[in-house]
Amino acid sequence: MDFNLTKEQELIRKALAEFTEAEVKPIAADTDRNSEYPKDTIDQLFRYGVMGMCVPKQYGGAGADDVSAAIAVEELSKQCASTGDIVATHNGLCCGPIINFGTEEQKKKYLGMLTTGYKVGAFALTEPDAGSDASKGTTVCEDCGDHWKMNGSKIFITNGYVADVFVVFAMTDKSKGTKGISAFIVEKDFPGFSVGRHEVKMGLHGSPTAEIVFEDCIIPKENLLGKLGQGFKIAMNTLDGGRIGIAAQALGILEGAMEETINFTKSRVQFGRPISKFQNTQFVIADMEVARNAARLLTYSAAAAKSEGKRFTKDAAIAKLFASEACMKYTTKAVQMHGGYGYTNDYPVERMMRDAKITEIYEGTSEIQRVVISGNVLGK
Amino acid sequence: MKVIVCVKQVPDTSGKVAVKPDGTLDRASMATIINPDDKNAIEAALALKDQTGCETIVVTMGPPPAEGMLREIMAMGIDESVLISGREFGGSDTFATSQIIAAAINTIGIEDDDIVLCGRQAIDGDTAQVGPQIAEKLGLPQITYAADIKVEGREVTVKRMLEDGYMTIKTQTPCLITAIKELNTPRYMSVGGIFETYSKPMQVFDFNTLKDDPLIELDTIGLKGSPTNIFASFTPPQKGQGEMLEGADQKTVDVLVDKLLAKHII
Repeated sequence: MDFNLTKEQELIRKALAEFTEAEVKPIAADTDRNSEYPKDTIDQLFRYGVMGMCVPKQYGGAGADDVSAAIAVEELSKQCASTGDIVATHNGLCCGPIINFGTEEQKKKYLGMLTTGYKVGAFALTEPDAGSDASKGTTVCEDCGDHWKMNGSKIFITNGYVADVFVVFAMTDKSKGTKGISAFIVEKDFPGFSVGRHEVKMGLHGSPTAEIVFEDCIIPKENLLGKLGQGFKIAMNTLDGGRIGIAAQALGILEGAMEETINFTKSRVQFGRPISKFQNTQFVIADMEVARNAARLLTYSAAAAKSEGKRFTKDAAIAKLFASEACMKYTTKAVQMHGGYGYTNDYPVERMMRDAKITEIYEGTSEIQRVVISGNVLGK
Repeated sequence: MKVIVCVKQVPDTSGKVAVKPDGTLDRASMATIINPDDKNAIEAALALKDQTGCETIVVTMGPPPAEGMLREIMAMGIDESVLISGREFGGSDTFATSQIIAAAINTIGIEDDDIVLCGRQAIDGDTAQVGPQIAEKLGLPQITYAADIKVEGREVTVKRMLEDGYMTIKTQTPCLITAIKELNTPRYMSVGGIFETYSKPMQVFDFNTLKDDPLIELDTIGLKGSPTNIFASFTPPQKGQGEMLEGADQKTVDVLVDKLLAKHII
């Protein structure tokens, strides 16, 4: 058993840490306050090959492993969870299923766009009445001979109003239940595609979330992703991988909040000494360190299992559940350690606390993670 | 055409400084970074590579762990690297260092359309002597303090920054140019570069590789052969914390004047 990162993974951390410090940290507060999509940052992340980093070299990526991808999201999320979210969604939820299920032609065209083409990707599964119960979607896609015709809408779509490429799930045969769901690659310029309402959220203000709408949307025949009726399997497989990205994001937010808390408590003097000298603070820092280490090990081990081609469904669910709940708990503690200052937006911990909440909800709520984990432990 | 970039691994000045009994820096025990001006030289080399497709080589002199820095530089996009490393070279001053690096460049080979790039100066010694001395020893024209570099064929035009203005200088390749931070913004390592760097070629030039080079004089290398020796290195005592006076009234001004008078500042 080797707990050491490879030399390449160490360099990924160093590169992303330097990038985050110089390019992400200075604008993170404004990105949040102005609800501004950090386009320049994302363009730079394309330039440096972070966007689409796991895409094989022959399709325009770097062929990076999943631990490296997790480290990239972790480092970005230390300062800006929105940026981490945009990258995790692009890499895990859009590039991921095309790498795993795309035809050679689809990989050449779309993975090229999603790497060297600087086009952002998204994943569209959730509907107003189909959240955790993803099988109840009502978006339909009809075979019209030489093309597909899609009707319906999807909500809460990360990268929704900036993405060019969407992996969309729709019912192709209602009578077959989950086996009647298929996956499609949809471009924003396809006739009948439009972007609906932009969501106003508690946190992740820089991450563009929107509804997307299909009105007799014409999709080329060759844009069916995977086999007909394979959509639910593709969605579940993709979410397994995506959960590692959310675990990494939660880990990064937790680490960012911890760093802020250490710096603040060392300099904040009350009752004649820095508050880091009080045992109450020390115990919180100790608990944060324990949670950080545990979240890291769980996240990297799930990512390593994925890279090694092992079954990682349970590992990803455990990592996501633990990291996101630790993130919520300790960003709340971070605000508490900052006292009144923590409640103002002069300090980043209030943003981190707001950003943390979604990690317990999206790509499967904590409750769904417990269903997945217990299902794996108890059997069917 | 090829571009050779000379770089130095320097102590991270934001960390602790350690000194050995002989007065030289204990580099092994300090956190290290790529010398900042050298990063501008690396970026200039990569910009020339982007423009012309030329070959790029990074050269450094240092202990074996300097390989880590070379791998980072190749992850930024430089094609190959040379690590000059040997006990005999340890403790070299700028005269000895430039001689060894010049010999290494001579061993690599300088052709008519080649360019050697260096950073202006290293943040540990602040001498700005090694680049110019390498040029002298290789018999190359040199342009220091480059804030802009244009290369067309063999013609090189450099905007050279002075304290009170710029000087535009033209020369022919081969030549040596030293870079300042105004030249460019260094790029980061790329993910693709990171996954390629450990398969890129890295040569080690030791004493045996360089000892017979015509530019090497065996009695003027290393600590013993260096014409200058470091008398002592030390961390300057930290200045006390500043004192803030608040207020816009006469009383505050009086307090300020008294304090400045007491320190003989006014």
